[in-house]
Amino acid sequence: MTSAGREQFDVIVVGAGPAGIAAATRAAECGARVAVVDDNPALGGQIWRGGAEKAEDMQAREWMNRFQKVGPRLFPGTRVIGQQQSGMLLAEERDVPRTLRYRTLILATGARERFLPFPGWTLPNVMGAGGLQALVKSGLPIHEKRVVVAGSGPLLLAVAAYLRRHGAEIPLICEQTSWTRLAGFGFSLISHPGKIAQGLKLKLGLGFVPFAANCWPLAAQGFDRLESVLVSRNGEKQEIACDYLACGFHLVPNNELAALLGCELRGGFVAVDDFLRTSVPAVYCAGELTGIGGVELAVVEGEIAGLAAAGDESAARALFGNHRKLQKFVSSLARAFAPREELKSLSSPETIVCRCEDVTFARMGGHASSRAAKLHTRCGMGPCQGRVCGPAMEFLFSWEAASVRPPVFPARVASLSGMETELEVESDRTTGGTR
Amino acid sequence: MTASSHDVVVVGAGIVGAACALECARRGMRVTVLDRDVIGGGSTAAGMGHIVVMDDSPAQFALTQYSRQLWNELRDDLPAEVEFERSGTIWVAADEEEMEEVRRKHSYYTSRGVNAEIVNSAELAILEPNLRRGLAGGLLVPDDGVLYPPCAASFLIERAKAQGVAIHLGKAVQQIGRGRVRLSDGREISASVVVNATGAWAPELTPGLEIRRRKGHLVITDRYPGFVRHQLVELGYLKSAHSISSDSVAFNVQPRKTGQVLIGSSRQYGAESAEVEAEITAKMLQRAQYYMPGLAQLSAIRAWAGFRPATPDKLPLIGPAPEDPATYIAAGHEGLGITTSLATGRLIADQLTGADSSIPIGPYLPSRVAQEPSHV
Ligand SMILES: Cc1cc2nc3c(=O)[nH]c(=O)nc-3n(C[C@H](O)[C@H](O)[C@H](O)COP(=O)(O)OP(=O)(O)OC[C@H]3O[C@@H](n4cnc5c(N)ncnc54)[C@H](O)[C@@H]3O)c2cc1C
Ligand SMILES: Cc1cc2nc3c(=O)[nH]c(=O)nc-3n(C[C@H](O)[C@H](O)[C@H](O)COP(=O)(O)OP(=O)(O)OC[C@H]3O[C@@H](n4cnc5c(N)ncnc54)[C@H](O)[C@@H]3O)c2cc1C
Repeated sequence: MTSAGREQFDVIVVGAGPAGIAAATRAAECGARVAVVDDNPALGGQIWRGGAEKAEDMQAREWMNRFQKVGPRLFPGTRVIGQQQSGMLLAEERDVPRTLRYRTLILATGARERFLPFPGWTLPNVMGAGGLQALVKSGLPIHEKRVVVAGSGPLLLAVAAYLRRHGAEIPLICEQTSWTRLAGFGFSLISHPGKIAQGLKLKLGLGFVPFAANCWPLAAQGFDRLESVLVSRNGEKQEIACDYLACGFHLVPNNELAALLGCELRGGFVAVDDFLRTSVPAVYCAGELTGIGGVELAVVEGEIAGLAAAGDESAARALFGNHRKLQKFVSSLARAFAPREELKSLSSPETIVCRCEDVTFARMGGHASSRAAKLHTRCGMGPCQGRVCGPAMEFLFSWEAASVRPPVFPARVASLSGMETELEVESDRTTGGTR
Repeated sequence: MTASSHDVVVVGAGIVGAACALECARRGMRVTVLDRDVIGGGSTAAGMGHIVVMDDSPAQFALTQYSRQLWNELRDDLPAEVEFERSGTIWVAADEEEMEEVRRKHSYYTSRGVNAEIVNSAELAILEPNLRRGLAGGLLVPDDGVLYPPCAASFLIERAKAQGVAIHLGKAVQQIGRGRVRLSDGREISASVVVNATGAWAPELTPGLEIRRRKGHLVITDRYPGFVRHQLVELGYLKSAHSISSDSVAFNVQPRKTGQVLIGSSRQYGAESAEVEAEITAKMLQRAQYYMPGLAQLSAIRAWAGFRPATPDKLPLIGPAPEDPATYIAAGHEGLGITTSLATGRLIADQLTGADSSIPIGPYLPSRVAQEPSHV
């Protein structure tokens, strides 16, 4: 393999969202040799998607410019699929395997939307809220389409505002949580003026879009594609005609790589100390993976992890105060947008819970754990390996997460075959490639 | 569950314990099954589910032939989720030397009532177009099959329940002996006979049993219907499977009813954790691609590892524990326990009821001398 295939870095950051960008930048500013790996084609992660040129947000542009100035090595379009051995990641770049050596690793793999099953949720044009936004960013025409945005969490507002800016009509935003919980959340914002400004901006963008709390989808309806959504609104049923349903119930961490590396998890999040060290030596963790807390928290965590990983503990320590303040946001978010009990009984027996393997809700009955259900129904055994249905099952049945095995993402058989290692050994021996 | 009396308590709800429970209940015994985990969650969840006749030794042949026949008789009763398919096995010969083995195996099988057919190089290429060219041929054993072991174990347990068997999951057993079972929570159950069907963990409950853990890795792909049509096993497998001491890999590829391809396999002793090891996985996949180059492009979705409960002579332990007539052992099935589970249930129930068995039971009794050299 080429020498680029087996380079050694002081610090490798997995994930190029706000946390990863901040981590890589800070570590590189300390003089460390840094690499950043991300499966998207450009920097930015979920919220800063698309790189510095496209960034609409000042903070995003500043960080990305600062990143470019110190120039950590960026591996875009590259997925980490596992660990070849301690200190060596195995990744795939457009089907080509790549191994990357690190002294210190920072995991900043972020979060994804949680989906909960309800009748009709697998109909075409029912999509993840973030997923629909990403499709529109890459060209899906949304002008004059009617999009109901439903589920839970601040992401719903952000997506609704974005879609509206691009010409969509939003008949309703349905937030499952109660007004009381939302108000409690608003209160806790007072210590974070930045958040309020952000909230206001969003509100302005949303104009007169109707917003309902205590409101959640009961069924997506239509024959072979979505025609309307039936929602429960303050205890009453309401049918809303629409072209798309953008749906997501707050966020869950992308903890699979951390779990595979053996990092201790607490309630699904990676357990870290003040320097954001995980339970595994030389592995740090930053951003949504340690708790869902938004951009500002992700950035400061990235900074701390980057500084600490590069050895500047005193600079890292200087950020502890701010970190602790922002961290309060994690628990208030979790409280405000926790899914309500009623969401556990939306499915009918024939509702699909595992899309990869077509497993129905009826078949989940009577199993004692996610592992038992998986072994006996194939729920979570498909290509997504439970990324979609796993968090839903954990909520619906209060199960623990199922185990993670390599590869973290589907990968070509060739990539798991360590051909690189073999080639290197052979060239060392200068013998031919006999077996 | 009180300290009441049972005829039989089976410890372990793997495929072997499930088969024993069902067969004992059929013969009219009152049976209870205990497992610390879920049904089929041990080695049974890690195995390939190849139902195969093997002839490493005459006793292995007798047991696998008998048990495969029992699976084939059950075929029409198996629900869809057991994913049973009579896909057949092709033992793949790479060269002339291995074709010798094909011919030997062919005459051994056919003279003992097992259908088998020699295929030449060109026929092999038609049967399995994704094998590399230039292989010498193989032996097709059409009545071998493939199933999904955890659901097969569940099916047997469901049948057993219909016969009145009680099953308690999440109950770890701490100690057994002399007709008593002590659970980790301190409770005790008594029974006329306790069957130790804890597979690779059997020595923890019956100290002194010669069962070691032999670790194996597997990798499963996304769905590619038709990519592989038979279970394909290299004949070099015999050489590697026999080596008791060292780690080995072999080409062993299976078509799942889902269209997925299950790729094996590896054999290691001394590995304590069931963690997936990148290096041995890599070697195993390299071996597979050497036979089937097209595998390289398929998308792999999961790798895992499990333990085969291995005995020194590669035959399971089926019968009374040497020093305790109230304890029966049904463990040590190595890499064939899915296949041989049904026969094991029969042989255990035969012994408990004093019935004649369809095959001689001597080679499987735990009291046998375990030092006879294994076949090569
Ligand atoms: C034929 C077949 C097809 C399959 N197809 C798919 C598929 O398409 N997709 C897919 O994702 N998976 C598939 N699987 C894999 C399966 O669901 C699991 O991945 C498999 O059970 C291996 O488990 P694991 O080690 O990955 O998982 P885990 O569930 O983590 O297994 C844990 C292991 O640890 C052992 N263990 C637990 N406690 C102890 C203890 N105290 N002491 C010793 N050992 C202990 C258990 O016995 C178990 O073997 C398939 C399995 C089979 C058999
Ligand atoms: C990689 C691999 C591939 C294989 N491929 C094949 C194949 O193709 N064909 C084939 O026929 N065989 C195959 N095998 C072998 C087969 O999987 C095993 O022989 C078989 O599953 C053994 O079944 P068992 O019921 O004895 O053990 P297990 O399935 O391990 O069951 C033992 C049970 O006992 C329980 N237990 C253990 N200790 C206690 C305790 N103290 N208290 C309570 N419960 C306890 C466990 O939880 C477990 O459920 C393969 C094995 C491996 C690892």
